[in-house]
Amino acid sequence: MKSKYDNEMELKFISKSNNEAFARVTVAAFVAQLDPTIEELSDIKTAVSEAVTNCIVHAYENTEGSIKIKATLLKNVVEIEISDNGRGIEDIELARKPLYTTKGNLERSGMGFTIMESFMDKVEIHSVVGIGTKIVMKKEIKKEENNEIIEEEKNALLN
Amino acid sequence: MISEFDEKNNCLYIQITEEIDHHTTEKIRRKMDNEITRFMPRKVVFDFSKVSFMDSAGIGLLIGRYKLVKMLGGIAEITNTSKNIEKVLEMSGIVKIIPIKELIK
Repeated sequence: MKSKYDNEMELKFISKSNNEAFARVTVAAFVAQLDPTIEELSDIKTAVSEAVTNCIVHAYENTEGSIKIKATLLKNVVEIEISDNGRGIEDIELARKPLYTTKGNLERSGMGFTIMESFMDKVEIHSVVGIGTKIVMKKEIKKEENNEIIEEEKNALLN
Repeated sequence: MISEFDEKNNCLYIQITEEIDHHTTEKIRRKMDNEITRFMPRKVVFDFSKVSFMDSAGIGLLIGRYKLVKMLGGIAEITNTSKNIEKVLEMSGIVKIIPIKELIK
């Protein structure tokens, strides 16, 4: 079966907190083939880290469960899907709000979704209480090098 | 995490040497709280020069330590942040209570 994407990968791991670094580094390594800037790569790592931490802290509340990441590349757009079979989110609008957290006693900042939304171009949250949550995030990797070349060509023509 | 207490200036200098996420914060938090309660400094400086990654767990960590430092009568500062870390810090507004300062040592 031929993939409709240029490339895709899937990752499945258990909800242990030391997998947070594993998950973000692995996704970053996969995205690296689009030749992103350091800043774009860092944005993606941070967003993945937030989503995976949510699975561990909120979906499974530190019990053991399974977390799945699917990442696809199409042209210069990366799409990352992070899903769990945890408790689900009761009020998505509330969860999205900056500084809102159900775990303030654990020094959680309530900035998880806010960071995902500002570091990625698009974030969708699908959740069913008692079934699980799926986060779908998209980001376009800008072709800055090409822009520079175009600028150089433009300058050459103008001179 | 490496820390150094400057007795003359009553300043505790804390260099964080690991990536900051939900997994690493618990250990860092315990170490920081030990040092802060031990020296009760007038000022705590968090040095980010060795931090290559930080997500929102770092914000919770810093707010918590700020509360402790303030309770003990001190202030806190952040120094040597990379662009990516500044982005996370500035989004949270935490820089209003823990300012980012130029390197002092």
